[in-house]
Amino acid sequence: MKEALSLVQRISAHPDSRCWFVSWSPNGALLASCGGDKAIRIWGREGDSWICKTVLQDGHQRTVRKVAWSPCGNYLASASFDATTCIWKKKNDDFESLTVLEGHENEVKCVAWAPSGNLLATCSRDKSVWVWEVDEDEEYECATVLNSHTQDVKHVAWHPKKELLASASYDNNICIYKEEDDDWECQATLQGHTSTVWSLCFDAAGERMASCSDDRTVKIWKECPSENGQGNLSWKCVCTLSGYHGRTVYDVAWCELTGALATACGDDAVRVFKEDVTASPDEPVFSLVAQATKAHSQDANCVSWNPKEAGLLASCSDDGEIVIWRFKEEEEELD
Amino acid sequence: MSGGVQLENANPVVFQRSLDRMLTASEEDEDVHDPIDDREIFDLIRSINDPEHPLSLEELNVVEQVRVQVNDTESTVSVEFTPTIPHCSMATLIGLSIKVKLLRSLPERFKIDVHITPGTHASEEAVNKQLADKERVAAALENSSLLEVVNQCLSSRTF
Repeated sequence: MKEALSLVQRISAHPDSRCWFVSWSPNGALLASCGGDKAIRIWGREGDSWICKTVLQDGHQRTVRKVAWSPCGNYLASASFDATTCIWKKKNDDFESLTVLEGHENEVKCVAWAPSGNLLATCSRDKSVWVWEVDEDEEYECATVLNSHTQDVKHVAWHPKKELLASASYDNNICIYKEEDDDWECQATLQGHTSTVWSLCFDAAGERMASCSDDRTVKIWKECPSENGQGNLSWKCVCTLSGYHGRTVYDVAWCELTGALATACGDDAVRVFKEDVTASPDEPVFSLVAQATKAHSQDANCVSWNPKEAGLLASCSDDGEIVIWRFKEEEEELD
Repeated sequence: MSGGVQLENANPVVFQRSLDRMLTASEEDEDVHDPIDDREIFDLIRSINDPEHPLSLEELNVVEQVRVQVNDTESTVSVEFTPTIPHCSMATLIGLSIKVKLLRSLPERFKIDVHITPGTHASEEAVNKQLADKERVAAALENSSLLEVVNQCLSSRTF
């Protein structure tokens, strides 16, 4: 297969530690990373290379597991093993700690902002998912605590178009939540993975969802009307990518610009899949179009597509490094 | 013995320790790369202390060389351990100690898999799943009291 994934820069981001997560700012100009050294680092471009602009060191007492930018780009949320979620406000090139959200009983595994910017979701090893409301005075309040999982919740993600939340868990399931009459409730429990579901994401239109698991597969789910035809929607697994990943798949990311699907795997590789245009949307077929088998010297933990620059991909690893990649679409060969 | 603590397994079977490794000429040669083999992994884990008894995991037959599988070229290590009794509540702790010892001793390229010998523990699936979850392991090791207990299992005893 043609090498369509080329290395732009390798960065020693969290030395002597592991880098757990990377996330691009909404305008694509900054990359936030976090890791086992309890720090958050903000990376920006200077000329042709990416350099560290800011280090946020004292926000957490333990590993920072994930970071998330608000849709406006002015706030950053960080989820930590110290059981708190910190909200940071951007002030020029620096960030100041605005507030600390407490409530989870133990490690917070993920934080995610809803597209509206008014809601935040967090999840934890305490098996719960919390939805927080933010008002114009930058006050955060817990709106609901959802207890649909029976084990550690690893990841939460918001639907891009409607107020719908999905969560992935150590109990091998995915839960979908919706607000009904001012109350949040679990609308559907998606079973299919045979081990921990580590991450999930929606495509740009929110019609499909991709999930990845310790069972070494990636599953594609599609929204469909439920059997009893009562207008409730459920999600069905329409495609399973298996045989590509040698170990646990820790992250999956769907590019909103190109539709390409990237994965981060415990076999140290980063892979990119693309959907075959000829297949039916109800039975999609994905092909592996690029891979970097030794992307990192240890497990790859996260992949993130730049939201503004097509083909720019960031990945990070247990070896503490971040790699910036360029994924080039293959041009049609004319006979 | 004082009338205080009740041991889970009061009368464990004690096994004999194996002899020291005999070095070959090739292994003594500094210029020849020594691939990591089963015996080397076993030597790393055999002296880990059992959390309950003043005995090593080797002496309790919790770890055996035959249950260690290494592939140096693929950078994988697999260790099967056998709890002394099927309802041993220390199984996760013992597995964690083995995992930590290997994480601290082996080159970073190694993928380490520690699991219970099939059929020897009532909750083996649950224990194996926790040991395989690196996020759970990392978070557990940030807990200072648990880390202290693990370090005690890994400390060398003077005879």
